[in-house]
Amino acid sequence: MITIGVLAVQGDFAEHAHALRLAGASPREIRSPVHLDGLDGLILPGGESTTFSRLMRLYGLTPAIIAAAKNGLPIWGTCAGLIALAQEITGDNPPILGLMDIAVDRNAYGRQLDSFEADIAIPALGVLPFHAIFIRAPKIVRAGRSVELLASLPDGTPVAVRQGALLCTSFHPELTSDTRFHRYFLTLAQERQTRRNAAAV
Amino acid sequence: MEKGTWTVKTGLAQMLKGGVIMDVINPEQARIAEEAGACAVMALERVPSDIRAAGGVARMADPSIIQRIQEAVTIPVMAKCRIGHFVEAQILESLGVDYIDESEVLTPADEAHHVWKHEFKVPFVCGARDLGEALRRIGEGAAMVRTKGEAGTGNIVEAVRHIRTIRDAIRKLQSLGQEQLMAEAKALGAPFELVLEIHRTGKLPVVNFAAGGVATPADAALMMQLGVDGIFVGSGIFKSSDPAAMAKAVVQATTHFSDPKVLAEVSKGLGKAMPGLDVRTLKTEELLATRGW
Repeated sequence: MITIGVLAVQGDFAEHAHALRLAGASPREIRSPVHLDGLDGLILPGGESTTFSRLMRLYGLTPAIIAAAKNGLPIWGTCAGLIALAQEITGDNPPILGLMDIAVDRNAYGRQLDSFEADIAIPALGVLPFHAIFIRAPKIVRAGRSVELLASLPDGTPVAVRQGALLCTSFHPELTSDTRFHRYFLTLAQERQTRRNAAAV
Repeated sequence: MEKGTWTVKTGLAQMLKGGVIMDVINPEQARIAEEAGACAVMALERVPSDIRAAGGVARMADPSIIQRIQEAVTIPVMAKCRIGHFVEAQILESLGVDYIDESEVLTPADEAHHVWKHEFKVPFVCGARDLGEALRRIGEGAAMVRTKGEAGTGNIVEAVRHIRTIRDAIRKLQSLGQEQLMAEAKALGAPFELVLEIHRTGKLPVVNFAAGGVATPADAALMMQLGVDGIFVGSGIFKSSDPAAMAKAVVQATTHFSDPKVLAEVSKGLGKAMPGLDVRTLKTEELLATRGW
């Protein structure tokens, strides 16, 4: 069984946990550093990025997650989680975890009135389009060379990117009943588990 | 690309879950709330306990207060309109607030009708004392509900009563046979489609927060353990003796609601909580929860 942590300091962690169960993994809520032991992957859910940043620091999770990422733990950030992973946040904001070579503009699409849903193509998930829900979504305004583009909007804005074991989406697959993105993330977690088991033998 | 859909409106509420929404009356308070880890703020002219003390007619806040608060923080900003006052709601929507609370804390503008919330692009949150009231508001387009509690009292008793009433009604619905559901919809005064849905799923179709009486970290954790998705704190933060410490403690208690050791730790040395009121000593006309239906 693959165990995936879901950061549970605030946000829609219950929806991610539900999607993970449907995809065949065992979710674990993460509220303090001890909860990170033995994970095969970690999801940073949707929520309020400012709140995440304050609470992760307060609970000692920021250095612990950075250390786990350096150790190869696959991490997927959705929306606020994407902001947490970005190396650069436009404006004066310092990065939160600063792990992925992207720059984001928080709430660039505007306030709630400009949240939207759209069908987008994600070739890595197959031919059927993915119904993407954007809620006060962050906008990826720059992506480094080692960042792979998985999906973008018709105007070319990247909305799903990957860099090694790190994954980011500016939309919310956990709010739909389509678990393809969760299963995609589980393949990264599976690879990591296989590698760890091989190293342990 | 579709905007302002039901999915998008209920989606923002999903992002608030596990969080604390704090009443604030100026940019300084808003920044204290954000710094403490609040997931949103409610922009007001006066907190409920002051509204209660002042009496008279309580209305939507001055737009300039709301705008100054919007400029001060990056977290979502909510604002209240009077029950049934759809023009106040239109004004708040034009200001770009993230959520409108059609609230019994303000003096109702219409005693028979609530705002028809489906025709707005901005999502609404509404108060409820029981399942029927929650489902009537959802039927009108509320994308989020909250227990009414009794605002401005610092007394959790009504909020507890309301969440227990809602939970009991949901359990009862689940246990009923198909042929009993229409009669139950009639008894609840609730839309039949929503009654069917809850019979099937066993949960409200939108996010449900606690409001009305949260004054301590333990109050917040109590409501979370009773099954709400998050917490509104009105007067409880900025009417306490050390608002910054109280704000932080309530946020931590909401995250770690099932861990008594953490709750004990964060409850230490907070100074005085807001002064409380015994709800039983209030006159009928002083009760806010009975406004709306």
